[in-house]
Amino acid sequence: MVAQNVAFGVLAVTMVAAAFRLVTTKNVVRAALFLAIVLGGVAGIFILLAAEFVAWVQVLVYIGAIVVLLLFGVMLTRAPIGSEGDLDNDNKWTAALVALFLLGAMAAVLADAFGDDKIRFQGVQRSAEVSDSIFGTYVVPFEVASVLLLAALVGAVALARRD
Amino acid sequence: MYLNQFLMLAAVLFAMGVYGVLARKNGVLVLMSIELMLNAVNINLVAFGAFNNTVAGQTFALFVIAIAAAEVGVGLAIILLIFRNRASVDIDEIDAMRG
Repeated sequence: MVAQNVAFGVLAVTMVAAAFRLVTTKNVVRAALFLAIVLGGVAGIFILLAAEFVAWVQVLVYIGAIVVLLLFGVMLTRAPIGSEGDLDNDNKWTAALVALFLLGAMAAVLADAFGDDKIRFQGVQRSAEVSDSIFGTYVVPFEVASVLLLAALVGAVALARRD
Repeated sequence: MYLNQFLMLAAVLFAMGVYGVLARKNGVLVLMSIELMLNAVNINLVAFGAFNNTVAGQTFALFVIAIAAAEVGVGLAIILLIFRNRASVDIDEIDAMRG
């Protein structure tokens, strides 16, 4: 348990620091790299929660595909790559206020609701159980998700093609 | 491990994502902040799944990851279209629907 708590602490500090830099940095490419750090940290948290399959899907889909897609977006929109500043709008302090208020409200509610509930792992959850869950209980949402992916693909092509 | 340590971490990441969406001007950065919020929600889902000793949380997290992939694809296509029409991805300038 001690090792897990140390790992959680390291991951949490890294993720929060990277997330803070992600929303404050003045360089778009660096923001994408900080996002990759946060996503890797989330994968580590999934492993701590004994969800290895989700962790590797996270690495493959998020770090492997979505970060690359976002970097392509940075490239194609010719975002200011050097640190030119001016990536924030005028609502910065209002936004900070809203975020802090939201964080305070959520922290209060969570502390009240789940005071010191502990996660107890009972046995091993194999990836086969996840697949049974997807293709058994949740097979209809799964089919809907595949139709949604197809629609998003066609929609993205239809929007982005030039003619 | 306490359930709350995961939930609090997710709350911090979510609040930072909210800040990013509200305070950023560049469309691509707004999309990145949305990804941050989706990941915070995924942590919550998997943590509650482990807490309740069920795999449903992991299944939901996988659904969220699939939807996030679709969302980023369409979102980037829209931002590319905006860039092509206006030569800028500054979302503060997109006020055609202002009354």
